[in-house]
Amino acid sequence: MSDVEDAISRAYRGEWARIVASLTRRFSNLDLAEEAAAEAFATAVARWPTDGVPPNPGAWLTTTATRKGIDRMRRENQRVGKHKEAQMVFDNAPPESIGAIDDDRLRLIFTCCHPALAMETRVALTLRMIGGLTVAEIARAFLVSESTMGQRITRAKAKIKAARIPYRMPSAADLPGRVSGVLAVLFLVFNEGYLATGPGTGPVRADLTAEAIRLTRLVRALMPEDGEVAGLLALMLLTEARRTARISMNGELIPLDEQDRGAWDPALIAEGHRLVRERLAAAAAGEAPGRYQILAAIGAVHTSARDIRDTDWSQVVALYDQLVNVDPSPIIALNRAIAVAELDGPRVALATVDRLETGLNGYHAFHATRADLLRRLGRSQDARAAYDKAIDLAGNTAETANLSRRRDQLQ
Amino acid sequence: MQYLVSVIDDKSSPGSSDRRPAISEFNERLIADGYWVFAGGLADPDAATVIDNRGEQPMLSDGPFVESKEYLAGVWVWEAPDLDVALALAAEASKICDRKLEVRPFQ
Repeated sequence: MSDVEDAISRAYRGEWARIVASLTRRFSNLDLAEEAAAEAFATAVARWPTDGVPPNPGAWLTTTATRKGIDRMRRENQRVGKHKEAQMVFDNAPPESIGAIDDDRLRLIFTCCHPALAMETRVALTLRMIGGLTVAEIARAFLVSESTMGQRITRAKAKIKAARIPYRMPSAADLPGRVSGVLAVLFLVFNEGYLATGPGTGPVRADLTAEAIRLTRLVRALMPEDGEVAGLLALMLLTEARRTARISMNGELIPLDEQDRGAWDPALIAEGHRLVRERLAAAAAGEAPGRYQILAAIGAVHTSARDIRDTDWSQVVALYDQLVNVDPSPIIALNRAIAVAELDGPRVALATVDRLETGLNGYHAFHATRADLLRRLGRSQDARAAYDKAIDLAGNTAETANLSRRRDQLQ
Repeated sequence: MQYLVSVIDDKSSPGSSDRRPAISEFNERLIADGYWVFAGGLADPDAATVIDNRGEQPMLSDGPFVESKEYLAGVWVWEAPDLDVALALAAEASKICDRKLEVRPFQ
């Protein structure tokens, strides 16, 4: 990658959400903000290789995007009076204060996660506007076609505009109800970073995991009493702690049982464990834990074991049993089966996994899990077929590399 | 921004019929707070007539344009700065009139 391409992709990762959020505040129009931001990056791609990278790429992009936005507004909305237009051109006022936390991106998240939008739409919109993911990447994350996802996002932006969904922090009374939707979105952003699916991206997008953690910290600062916010933050930290140990030098996924546990980040683990202990105390006091707190507890069990052989699998399965009650999705059942394989052996686990086929046939991890269990049972031919399906469906390059090696090692 | 607030009733489990005084009181508040544009209850859908005069002569048919279990029982039009304000009012209104509401912006 050339220096210019590198500068552009760095600016994209670092500045996309900030630019979209500030243009949304300025123009009160999400669609216009997104289009103008995209145009500014397209202009950078066209100009920077000949003009050189500007000294402050973020400022250059913001200025360019603002000009593009004003041009678009003039073209699209002839009714805007000269006075209002002039105000927008010269509006360099800082964003109005929204209390303790003043972050345009967080405000944008609450707009994108508005309860008047369908849950799947909120997630897609946030990934596009905050995460800067392409429609194709989001479509892959949700197992739908690119055109379906494109329509979903277009409809959502049209509704925000037509129904005038506001661009601001929810009131204190509305906040708790609005947070659960935001957490679901942040977790998905984190996962997209942790298991990136774009063909042009590396296997891990630390920018997205970092952004998800940063925004979750902000939500936690805003709602320190919310157990699920703490749970999600703990879960992300305990997962992020293992990030560098999870990918080999040649870009292959290293499964949990083969990771160098000495390479895990002790500071992140300590912080995650502190949060889990805080939530365990709350649970002991009678507060029923939600799914993120239980997932974080599972992460805490794994990160407490110095060696894979020290893992308390019965504790892991017990936590998954608790999780199934809160969230009876087939993906949770699949993950529970992986833990069951360690406790009761691959045959028992495979029987469970096979029952999940209807719901998970299009999900690579379902076939990867089956392949692994079949391999352990010595059913090489079936394992090979399952690896082939998993490789076809996997979007993450490190996972594909690991699956391919495992398939090729079969007798 | 104006919103059409449709009151949706259900033939199989209609909302209670004693809500009129509470609704009138709520309307007084809407007026006092500057949200009120229009309000009106509708007669039964059976009283509707559909007319189509796009052809050579007007075609009349007895009854509503679509037969369904759920039907429009009344409307409000509110002036509100944004959807959050409209939805907060609608949450209150739904309780008061004991029916489901649809909030839809005018163009």
